[in-house]
Amino acid sequence: MTAQLDREHPRSSVRTTQDGEAQAGDEQRSWTGETSGSRSSSTRHAGPITSRKHALRYWAVMGLLGGLSLFFTVGILSFGNPMPFGSSGYWLIAQMRIETVVVIGVVVFCQAMATVAFQTATNNRIITPSIMGFESLYVAIQTGAVFFFGIAGVTMVTGLPQFLMQAAAMVLFATILYSWLLSGKFSNIHIMLLVGVVIGGGLGSLSTFMQRVLTPSEFDVLTARLFGNIGNARAEYLPYAIPIALVAGAVLWWRARRLNVVALGRNTAENLGVNHKREVMLILLLVSVLMAMSTSLVGPMTFLGFLVATLAYQFADTYSHRMLFPMSMLIGYTVLAGAYFIMRNIFYAEGAVTLIIELIGGIVFLIVLMRKGRL
Amino acid sequence: MSDTSSTDLGPPATVTGQHVDPGQEESAPADTAREARRQILFTPALTIGLLITIGLLLLSLAIGQYDVFSAEGFWMFGITRIPRTIALVLAGAAMAMCGLIMQLLTQNRFVEPTTTGTTEWAGLGLILVLWLFPGASMLARMSGAVTMAFIGTVIFFLFLQRVTLKSSLIVPIIGIMLGAVVSSFTTYIALMTDHLQSLGIWFAGSFTRVVEGRYELMWLVLVVTVLVFVTADQFTVAGLGRDMATNVGLNYTAVLFMGTAMVAVATGVTATVVGTLPFLGLIVPNIVSLFRGDDLRSNLPWVCLLGIATVTVCDLIGRTIRAPFEVPVGLVLGLVGAVVFVGLLLRLRKKGGLIT
Repeated sequence: MTAQLDREHPRSSVRTTQDGEAQAGDEQRSWTGETSGSRSSSTRHAGPITSRKHALRYWAVMGLLGGLSLFFTVGILSFGNPMPFGSSGYWLIAQMRIETVVVIGVVVFCQAMATVAFQTATNNRIITPSIMGFESLYVAIQTGAVFFFGIAGVTMVTGLPQFLMQAAAMVLFATILYSWLLSGKFSNIHIMLLVGVVIGGGLGSLSTFMQRVLTPSEFDVLTARLFGNIGNARAEYLPYAIPIALVAGAVLWWRARRLNVVALGRNTAENLGVNHKREVMLILLLVSVLMAMSTSLVGPMTFLGFLVATLAYQFADTYSHRMLFPMSMLIGYTVLAGAYFIMRNIFYAEGAVTLIIELIGGIVFLIVLMRKGRL
Repeated sequence: MSDTSSTDLGPPATVTGQHVDPGQEESAPADTAREARRQILFTPALTIGLLITIGLLLLSLAIGQYDVFSAEGFWMFGITRIPRTIALVLAGAAMAMCGLIMQLLTQNRFVEPTTTGTTEWAGLGLILVLWLFPGASMLARMSGAVTMAFIGTVIFFLFLQRVTLKSSLIVPIIGIMLGAVVSSFTTYIALMTDHLQSLGIWFAGSFTRVVEGRYELMWLVLVVTVLVFVTADQFTVAGLGRDMATNVGLNYTAVLFMGTAMVAVATGVTATVVGTLPFLGLIVPNIVSLFRGDDLRSNLPWVCLLGIATVTVCDLIGRTIRAPFEVPVGLVLGLVGAVVFVGLLLRLRKKGGLIT
């Protein structure tokens, strides 16, 4: 009997984890410990890491990714530096390149956090926040300013107070939209998603429409001053973007345990005592903030987040957001910095970095789509 | 500027309004007999709709920067105005019907060429032909677009068959993502081969380039339209689903193949000549079936008319709002279509029709 129990334990505990009890590790352990006798508390593995092997793999992947990230960072900073090492010119050039590294870091931080949280909130691992119109909204605000106020409008949307105003406007928009769409008797997350997608498409059309109507000189100013890419990011936004992104990320981290519960789906989450609608709205707000920061720095990137999140689920193999977030960030950094380094130093085409990522992300998306049995 | 656009949006609303009221009176005594249905086809309401559409088309013939009533104006009239108006009719009717067919075949109300990636596949075909055979003729480009549109639609249908879906609303979301993947491929190829600019022009569908000698391919679409009218009943049955359709003696696979081919041809040709016309195939059939139910045969003339009227109104807005310049019709349609689509969704939601 005892032997049988021992054999049963690991399997049943794994199943419990998958089925639903995704409360934080400690609570879980004490709860299962009470029901199945005290001796099993040491052999049961109901936490985010199910076995020693799993833990080993997680940290090995993290270590490998960390090493690669470090390698690419050093590579970007020092590779092809024309000045002799140690001279003042060398450090000057390296310092200029730090900006790129920081931009990559911030973008990856935003995209990785936003996508993982978004997929949790929508309970769907195949969509990205980009299609929800966050980026279109940002572009529409920028274009609208120039459209209505001419070139003077550009100065109205650059600078700290303006930047904050825009972020506030986006959060306001997101709040109104989501609270409206998620309220009512027949609300469900799929309608919200589809409405978001369509609004995103409509806003995209609106922006292009306004851009068409602009005079060529206004249009020039708009494209030159407002939209960037990795090689030519809007680095002047960094001092504001970093703290805002950090705060949003910190809130997500702080609520990571609730995210674990939200990931179980609406019914289970509500059964476990979480106000599902409120949590989802909060997550979506934070996602919109993060996406705004990323877009304001480097422009739209549709599939980076998807790629990163999918790989993170694959490698981390856990529900715990506190383990998923760092993993996805490291993967994102490795991918983006690696792509930038390779494209810049081997193909001399740093402008195509975004496109390459989109391409790889797109292919991964297709593969995942075709292999999935249920959506 | 945006104020004028919103007031200009008036016509489509009133058009549908006038279509509606008499139409509902007619639908009441619908017997199942074939004869009775034939009669219902030509109702006073349809005549009014027809007249309004013809009025819009005449307006499209008359409006423009060039004074066509002057001495040499008639020459210009024949070169640009007539081809443009014909293209409006064909594209509007064909794209609206494409949406209808796809909605029946997938049993999903939110499917149409732009929400399944079909148009993006057609764009990929265009770029591939431009890249592999520089200086290819219109016909060659069209073949490329049609082929890729067909492949893309088949891929989407395959995906729908393989995957169990929790909600019908997921389908357009996946379709739009799929379209984004394909268009990122297209953008990549375009960037590598310096066709980015022509891609940008293509993505914003416009009737500006439609002149004599460049629009004749559009007549192919007419063939598709006629075919849809002929085979309408089979699509209605196919709309019941594979099992039911097979049960009542329909070769479901054949109908599926035929529908896919028709959609591919219509989308590919329209993409080559005009560009993308977003949301048209989605909003038109949905509005029609809101008022008239789901009988394909008697709805078809309505879908055609409303499709033509919508495209024409959007094109007129695009032509007049910033005269003497033109705003591509695809942008106007994207804007108007998004608003109408969201309205439809929320309406359905209010009635609880989207609960899953």
